[in-house]
Amino acid sequence: MLDLKPDFGSFFKDETFTGDFTFANSPQSVRRFPFPFDRDDYMYSVNIEPHVSTRPGSVFEHAFDIDEHYVSEMRDRARVLARDPLRCQSLPHMELAGWDLLELLMESLARDYPQWFTLTRSGNDWHWVNKPLGIDQRFTFLDASSLPYGPMEYITRQVQGDFTLQDERDQNLWVDAGMVTTQADWSLDFDIGMNFFEWHAPVPLAHEKGIFERALKFLLRLQHGAPVRRFNWTMTVNPLLDTAPETYPEWGAMRTTVTPQNVGEKLHLRVELQSLFRLPRSNAIAFSIRAYLGRFDDLVTVPKWGRRLHRVVRDVHPDLAAYKGFLRNRDAMTDWLSHHDDGAPTSPGIWPD
Amino acid sequence: MNAKLQVRVTEVEALNPLIKRFRFVPRDGGLLPAFSGGAHVVVEMEDHGTRRMNPYSLSSDPEDRTGYEVTVRRDDAGRGGSLYMHNHVAVGTEMVISHPVNLFPLDGRAKKHLFLAGGIGITPFKAMIHQLGHIGAKWELHYASRNPGLCAYGDLLRGPVQFYYDDDKSFIPLKDLLARQPLGTHVYCCGPKGMLAWVRATAAELGLAEHAVHFEEFTAPQPGAPFDVDLVRSGRRIHVPAHQSLLEAMEAAGVDAPYLCRGGACGQCECDVVTLDGQIDHRDHWLAPTDHKTKIMPCVSRFAGRALAIDR
Repeated sequence: MLDLKPDFGSFFKDETFTGDFTFANSPQSVRRFPFPFDRDDYMYSVNIEPHVSTRPGSVFEHAFDIDEHYVSEMRDRARVLARDPLRCQSLPHMELAGWDLLELLMESLARDYPQWFTLTRSGNDWHWVNKPLGIDQRFTFLDASSLPYGPMEYITRQVQGDFTLQDERDQNLWVDAGMVTTQADWSLDFDIGMNFFEWHAPVPLAHEKGIFERALKFLLRLQHGAPVRRFNWTMTVNPLLDTAPETYPEWGAMRTTVTPQNVGEKLHLRVELQSLFRLPRSNAIAFSIRAYLGRFDDLVTVPKWGRRLHRVVRDVHPDLAAYKGFLRNRDAMTDWLSHHDDGAPTSPGIWPD
Repeated sequence: MNAKLQVRVTEVEALNPLIKRFRFVPRDGGLLPAFSGGAHVVVEMEDHGTRRMNPYSLSSDPEDRTGYEVTVRRDDAGRGGSLYMHNHVAVGTEMVISHPVNLFPLDGRAKKHLFLAGGIGITPFKAMIHQLGHIGAKWELHYASRNPGLCAYGDLLRGPVQFYYDDDKSFIPLKDLLARQPLGTHVYCCGPKGMLAWVRATAAELGLAEHAVHFEEFTAPQPGAPFDVDLVRSGRRIHVPAHQSLLEAMEAAGVDAPYLCRGGACGQCECDVVTLDGQIDHRDHWLAPTDHKTKIMPCVSRFAGRALAIDR
């Protein structure tokens, strides 16, 4: 077992994503929120760009963003896994890709956050220290018996965001492993072993636009050392990280609790910063799906975001609103947001003015 | 394009009269990325005014991050890349290579990996055997070459390896070999064109599943008659000399052109044909025959006729 001895220090917040929902973004965290809309309307596109370090302090500064919610998110992941171990699965041929992912994550975190993580290596003898979670582990790289879990599960219990590992064969990608506990209503247990077209089958409108053929073609050419990223988004009532089909009975009904009075407090824009990395040894592709929750009350403190969010929610195609789970609350959301839109033009790009 | 690796040559070894092994280490003294067996790197060469970018399979241990090795067979009739490597690259030469790219990967689901190598086709298998050794997977190699003197790495390969020499009239007993493989075996073939065709036909005849038979298809671009091409988007006409590919001619003219394998296998450099008055000599493994009037792969294919204009 991975025995967490969390140290929140002065930076990490002690908060919950279920029950009493004490999750909240600090003012600094609101300012760095990855607002996903670069214009006043939204439709699918293959919005992929190189995943390079930009804007110090932003979520784009490091390959994997560690923020004030880190320790509490890892505690929430452990809670979800204890109830449902099938949220983490790896088919037998994916262990090497798991080691690739472990190496990528440990190297990145130790390089980008030396105050919290250290990695010391002598050949295949590795020593990993994770101070915020109180972990000090010596192990043998490529020897799964030297870790308390398989390599993918071991490291993804220590990194924010969901991860899937795609095997490449027959000119397609196959989702053959993953750690999925902070998902927007999709199930790893259902999708595991599917290919790129199969697991994207439920997405409306995009198939007709040929988006998945183009995206797959692009991803099959993804090169090591040149990761890419894109945004996805949806809406979540209450700050729930775990909105899985498996727990739908627990959270689905929360969508009916929205009233004109509590929209600002209950509604959260859920943004996924998705990044894709070609892995070196396995030739697999790692997909990182990092979810950020932004309370409407907080988002409208940035005037540009308030105006734009209103226009996007008001005008988005109803099929997309239904797929993203907010069709039933769209009118209440639009009405509430309209009070934060004075009709002024907005500047291009996603950043606050 | 993507980040490149800055390396220095630290070893050059003549394995036999035709084949040399080169070792690259990072100039900054750090570690190179690990790679997967079957991967290649694109090696950039400044050959007396001509820029060459040749893909070579990595033949070293994928877990050895201190350096990469490629194994190059001299092709006296080729366009000059291998001659440049053989005649001008020495210990101390500083070079630029791409990150590894794998278009000939192992299938991790295989219960057994059966390798069929012809001549210099041994190179990806050498790396694959190293990699499978680390994870304890089952493999078997059948390696055909002209004679023991030209059998690169023959003395270093240990384990279930069978050698065959043309000069002794000994050949891989392909039909029997494929017919007696256990269920779950994946077959991989890298060698000359004739060998690929032979393995492909035999595997099909025996009813092997297509997804379980893998080929290293990319081939070095071959020279041909010079020709001219109009680049519509760039608004210019370029000349492609006999010993340069269309892709290289575009790069030399400063036209941005994406690529991965530079050997007609990956599809990355595909260009749409805007006008065609003549015959495209399609030399790739990528385009379907139905695309032959409308697309061209500039990394290997050539043209003869009055006019060719492409959307680049």
